[in-house]
Amino acid sequence: MYDDLVAFAITLKLAAITTVILLLIGTPLAWWLARSQWRYKFLVETVIALPLVLPPTVLGFYLLVMLGPNGLIGGLSEALGGRPLAFTFTGLVIGSVFYSLPFVVQPLQNVFTAIGENVMEQAATLRAGPIDRFFSVMVPMARPGFLTAAVLGFAHTIGEFGVVLMIGGNIPGSTKVISIAIYDHVESLEYAQAHWLAAVLLLLSFLLLMAVYGLNRRFSVLRS
Amino acid sequence: MKLDVNLSIPRKDFDVNVSLTVSSSQVTAVFGPSGCGKTSLMRAIAGLESSATGFIKMADQVWQDAHYFRPAHQRDIGFVFQDASLFPHLNVFDNLQFGLKRQAKDKRRVSLEQAIDLLGLSPLLERSIDKLSGGEKQRVAIARAVATSPAVLLFDEPLAAVDAAHKQEILRYIQSLHCELDIPMLYVSHQMDEVARLSNNLLLLEKGQQLASGRTVEMLSQLTLPFAHYEEAAAVLDTVVTAHDDDYGLSSLAFAGGHITVSRDNLKQGDKVRLRIMARDVSLSLQHPEQTSILNILPATIESMVNEGHAQKLIRLNVGGQIILSRITAKSVDQLQLTAGKSVFAQVKAVSLLI
Repeated sequence: MYDDLVAFAITLKLAAITTVILLLIGTPLAWWLARSQWRYKFLVETVIALPLVLPPTVLGFYLLVMLGPNGLIGGLSEALGGRPLAFTFTGLVIGSVFYSLPFVVQPLQNVFTAIGENVMEQAATLRAGPIDRFFSVMVPMARPGFLTAAVLGFAHTIGEFGVVLMIGGNIPGSTKVISIAIYDHVESLEYAQAHWLAAVLLLLSFLLLMAVYGLNRRFSVLRS
Repeated sequence: MKLDVNLSIPRKDFDVNVSLTVSSSQVTAVFGPSGCGKTSLMRAIAGLESSATGFIKMADQVWQDAHYFRPAHQRDIGFVFQDASLFPHLNVFDNLQFGLKRQAKDKRRVSLEQAIDLLGLSPLLERSIDKLSGGEKQRVAIARAVATSPAVLLFDEPLAAVDAAHKQEILRYIQSLHCELDIPMLYVSHQMDEVARLSNNLLLLEKGQQLASGRTVEMLSQLTLPFAHYEEAAAVLDTVVTAHDDDYGLSSLAFAGGHITVSRDNLKQGDKVRLRIMARDVSLSLQHPEQTSILNILPATIESMVNEGHAQKLIRLNVGGQIILSRITAKSVDQLQLTAGKSVFAQVKAVSLLI
């Protein structure tokens, strides 16, 4: 029981940190994708969308290689005096960022595209500089998109399994998340505990999605 | 204050090449068919077309030359877009404040109250944007631009998305802005009535090229320009209200060539009134017509005439130095033996007041 609570706490922490990082990276990325005229932009879009179709174990495998002592990221971490990132919480965060990236970037890109250039030009003629107008016009107008992005990023990270299994291992108190805890319970035929955790995840996901759809509907009513 | 513009803007089909000067208290209209480059020109002046090359100078500040491009938010302009898309996340008051807040304090010459009053917005301040009609939106957009105390106001077909009933109302507001504030204006339109009503100067643009420019009053009556040949071709006269006839509810308006009588319509003595006389409403007579119901009969001299299709002729009349146009049948011209230099009487059937 205590183990399950710890796993639950780690899951929430992982999802929260991942969501914050994704919003920080995803916003400029989505902005660039929405505005850029670069002809090879579709290549970037393809790479970002890959986790949508790639089996999580494939993504997890490559991440494991990259995060390990001989990998690009793990090696860099070691060279900077750290340790390899495979089987650590930091490693999980990095993996989750890749895994949930499309769920944050796509809603943001869509909302930025839909809002269009016109209001930003108006803001420019009203003396607002580029950063000013992004925060005073684009961010408030794109609020439904930010909400969708944050909730989808968060919920999707909570639900990840394959990637975590590959790069996080199953270290209680460090990298054991709730989806893996469920798997462990089922493996040991502890169906009662599995039921509990599964129900909690089901309810949480339902509530999060309900919040997105409900709030976005309110916003769109305000807007129409 | 004076705005000097000499720009070249590349576009897919043709380049837009324009040079113009707007000085304070002047309204310059840019007239041309859709797609002639009017909007590109306005956007380039505002700093929204990065591909535009050339020269823009406002008073003693260079906004653009071969080495420098001042970004839009640092140009002292007020821009009123075609569709008045306001910020939907802000109410009317916050929309009005958006630009004002960002203008340096020492540059604020128009107060928020003044902008609100000039556009009659005080009952709407707390409204959210989606509760406004098309005309109200455009008034908010104009006030929002005015509240930044711009050095020049740019209007890009501001009435394109406004229904006919509110068009007149907004035109009146724009006119009062022009009277109250000493801000030069550039007004883009492809509607003759708007141009005739608002502008002092007129620039005719076609496929990106500047075909002609000059004083509106003169341009509209030039037989060599397209304006005189439109179905609604009209001459514009600037007049002053001199007297009233209260018994009949009429007012007398004076101009260099004489007097014109119109219905009184709230006019005050000394008011400056711009009149529009359609070419089709002016007929000619060799003698001063007696026993006619037409009130306005002006002695005139024929300056020149051109054929208008097969059956009609367009005649340019000099009335004491002012020009009015008359469109009559070729048959009448022959019967009356009208030629350039001949003295005639112009009977003006209808006059519209542009206020």
